[in-house]
Amino acid sequence: MSELRDRIKEIIDTEPVVLFMKGTPEFIACGNSARALEALRGVGAPITAVDILPDPEIRERLSEISGWPTIPQVFIGGELLGGADITVELYERGELPAKLFEHLGHGWQAPGSERVIELAGEDAGPFRIVG
Amino acid sequence: MAVDRLEILLRSAFPDAVEAVALDRTGTNDHFQVVVTSPRFNGLTLVDQHRLVYEALAAPLADGTIHELRIRTRGTQ
Repeated sequence: MSELRDRIKEIIDTEPVVLFMKGTPEFIACGNSARALEALRGVGAPITAVDILPDPEIRERLSEISGWPTIPQVFIGGELLGGADITVELYERGELPAKLFEHLGHGWQAPGSERVIELAGEDAGPFRIVG
Repeated sequence: MAVDRLEILLRSAFPDAVEAVALDRTGTNDHFQVVVTSPRFNGLTLVDQHRLVYEALAAPLADGTIHELRIRTRGTQ
């Protein structure tokens, strides 16, 4: 069990809504990451973003945990919601707020609450919060 | 054509699919949209529906044929 894998698991389990994406909300590096981000923003979800680009191992460990092969990946309350297509589809159907409520309970909404957790490779020490 | 390969894989994974199409979304033969409507999806969450599509397309996902994949799944109920 790698340390990086443990850290990813910890983020999934402790953050209300996690978006593993290419880039960050400020510097989005992929259209699908942007689609998922916009859907989450659209309902005022609190968003914790993790950039998977700094180290290919982040994506490898993440996919081991989730069994999901593509990026982005959205987790709510420790559970995989899906990738961009599912996130957008639930948003368009108006079902995303219900999913957030189901996992996070009353008070899940936190419009504009966005932060970034920076994960680096195995040699870079523990993750730090940068935004 | 990659879309033909994808459709063959989808048809074989979902033999009772009402619809199983692959579209080249960008004209560059690497960004695809697949649409699958099958009774196999009835009662499954979207996550589990998409997992089945990823399983069906595991080879082209692994060998780099698919650079980006958009998935739309529907049950028949």
